[in-house]
Amino acid sequence: MKDNTRTLLLKGMKDGVPIMIGYFAVSFTLGIAAKNAGLTPFQAALASLFNNASAGEFAAFTLIRSGAGYASVALMTLIANARYLLMSFALSQKLEENTGTIKRMILGFDVTDELFGISMMYPGKLDPIYTYGAMLLALPGWSLGTGLGALMGELLPIRIVSALSVGLYGMFIACIIPQAKKDRVVLYLIIACFVLSGIVNLMPWFDIIPSGTKVILLTVLIAGAAAVLFPVKEDEDGK
Amino acid sequence: MENNIYVYILVMALVSFLIRVLPLTLVRKPITNIYLRSFLYYVPYVTLAVMTFPSIMSATQSPIAGGAALITGIAAAWKGKSLFVVALVCCITVLLLEFVLI
Repeated sequence: MKDNTRTLLLKGMKDGVPIMIGYFAVSFTLGIAAKNAGLTPFQAALASLFNNASAGEFAAFTLIRSGAGYASVALMTLIANARYLLMSFALSQKLEENTGTIKRMILGFDVTDELFGISMMYPGKLDPIYTYGAMLLALPGWSLGTGLGALMGELLPIRIVSALSVGLYGMFIACIIPQAKKDRVVLYLIIACFVLSGIVNLMPWFDIIPSGTKVILLTVLIAGAAAVLFPVKEDEDGK
Repeated sequence: MENNIYVYILVMALVSFLIRVLPLTLVRKPITNIYLRSFLYYVPYVTLAVMTFPSIMSATQSPIAGGAALITGIAAAWKGKSLFVVALVCCITVLLLEFVLI
């Protein structure tokens, strides 16, 4: 069953509302980091508009603040955002084969954890128009939130900043738990991830590994082990 | 600092764009290998789970509040609450707990 373009775009926008609000709140704290790195509010908003990455931008801002070179920032962005490579790979399987290159590039421009999440949740093959609808709200939410955070983040009481900063994690949780309810393997996998990630991040022996690299290593190792031990039978991915 | 902020932004944007667009534009055929398919199926859950814990505990002023937000967030998501509600539940948990703890 094919929805027409207009309804599909509106459906995407509707699902994009909570993402926009969430991004706005979360990117506010990112804006504070941008400001500390010496970016003006306009530059902070610009960086967010073209990056759409929480961890990646945060890591890059930290480097910029320390006066690191362009190559270091490029490498850090690559490492912190490498998961998007995997998501883009997964997303390529969700599209009709005849989806055009421009359509794919626009979709790729804003592959984020949440937009990836709702795109993969879309029943059957994905028509990118749906994701574009969500992007129309998510992009300005993320960008303006960062700019505003850089402009007035420090005016907010620390309690509010502290509370807002878990919003991002709340969105991550909301992306993974529904599938854990449906698929027992995913549930155990998430528990294993928490345990292993806890060990790797809390034990001092692993301190030499940068945190972005830890995420990639753990992702490849755990997802790889799961693929070998519990290969998913044919049929649509997990839907 | 002699480095130009706009060049930094350009570098970040270019790297992010290539990472996201290359697989989507280059991979057009369905992947048939069951292990690769399974790997791609598990990736989002694993990567998000790994990024959530233990980081959530150091994002807040009090690690206990962050840990509590993880639990209330999971409970809300388990009950089928939307993305936004789950995020809100986490934020409120931290706000209330830190009033008591700090």
